[in-house]
Amino acid sequence: MSIEALSADGRSVRYTDRRRWLWSLSLAWPLLPVGSCLLAIQTGHAAWYWATLVIWYLIVPVIDHLLPPDASNPPPEVVPQLDADRYYRYLTYLTVPIHYLTLVYSAYVVGTQDLAWYSILGLALSVGVVNGLAINTGHELGHKTTTPERWLAKTVLAVVGYGHFFIEHNKGHHKDVATPEDPASSRMGENIYRFACREIPGAMRRAWSSEKTRLARCESGPWTLKNEVLQPLLLTVPLYAALIYAFGWVMLPFLFIQAFWGWFGILSSANYIEHYGLMRQRLANGRYEPCQPYHSWNSNHVMSNLILFNLQRHSDHHANPTRRYQSLRAFDKLPEFPSGYPLMFMIALLPPLWFALMDRRVMAWAGGDFSRINVLAEKRAKLAARHAGAGEQVPVAR
Amino acid sequence: MTAYRRYRCPGCSYVFDERTGDAHEGFKPGTRWEAVPDDWACPQCAVREKPDFEPLPAGENPVP
Repeated sequence: MSIEALSADGRSVRYTDRRRWLWSLSLAWPLLPVGSCLLAIQTGHAAWYWATLVIWYLIVPVIDHLLPPDASNPPPEVVPQLDADRYYRYLTYLTVPIHYLTLVYSAYVVGTQDLAWYSILGLALSVGVVNGLAINTGHELGHKTTTPERWLAKTVLAVVGYGHFFIEHNKGHHKDVATPEDPASSRMGENIYRFACREIPGAMRRAWSSEKTRLARCESGPWTLKNEVLQPLLLTVPLYAALIYAFGWVMLPFLFIQAFWGWFGILSSANYIEHYGLMRQRLANGRYEPCQPYHSWNSNHVMSNLILFNLQRHSDHHANPTRRYQSLRAFDKLPEFPSGYPLMFMIALLPPLWFALMDRRVMAWAGGDFSRINVLAEKRAKLAARHAGAGEQVPVAR
Repeated sequence: MTAYRRYRCPGCSYVFDERTGDAHEGFKPGTRWEAVPDDWACPQCAVREKPDFEPLPAGENPVP
């Protein structure tokens, strides 16, 4: 299926989205834990409960590196038509009930099958990965301006108890990205565990305060149904209570682990890597320079981009947050990861490996100038000594 | 009383119109641009803040 449009000088521009039908796989990813439960029960092999994790952390990175990176972009002339094509947005809508199905079915398996602790752990982490993708879908939907998409964003975030992301991500992270003020932008020298302890409570606090300020302008206190931090909780709390009532106390560790891995293993990991060390400069008027494409790390790896609705084309996302996933663009000379998010998440869990891989990239990006880097204050002197001489490098990213 | 004015976010298509305000953001119809806080970010993209907004011609919006 191709789209045709006229360019400004009257030429006809034709475009075929080669990934159009591959995007429909987004309906399959969230079902992976369901498939692995069915296989485990059919075959009696408990190892299947870990299949989603093997796919996400091992098979996806391998496919990412087997396929050539895709840096192709739709021509600007066809973007309005591409955005208007409802097929793409219906896919994001349809994943929402699938995430609920996967959580409830997995809870049913944990509650009714006689599972060993390691099977429950594998399944809970698998649901965590998939519910991290629910946050990703909530992210894509939450940036849109239509009412149904904004409601679906809150609904899908509720499946993993992360509804406040809808507020903090849009009004907080996007506003303060790549500055020391943003709890969701990591600092050079900061490991992921320390980052998550700053980011997770920071996001909750800022979401609440942002809604409180907005509601005060609406002449209302924060304890109202209009509070968009509370609205998703009205889904999460009854859902989790019902699962505990139906399947017993085993739901407590199951629900805790899946939520923890959705929050930390996917979302905090994504936030940790997406802007690591990159910093917007303060202007003479005291404000920060507007967020530029070189303030985000990117990846053009095909498989992980398909799973993540092109989130890895992160620079264009921050420049144009309302741009739809099928239209996000890759650009030359941007900060690039050596791999897609899944492998980078795993590397981030091992801080020495992460620092060894990324710190020299940050130094090269900044041309060795520490004043351009968002760095952990107490490590500045140590890092400056370690990377002395890197200043002679030419900045590669701007 | 001066005419109602409109201000556009340079990052996206959002327009703040003093005449209509923005109910969700808590700005009543008739809210003057001066009454909008400086750290208020575009409710649609949040990439740009109030000081970045550009005034639009207000000709079509005379005071009733």
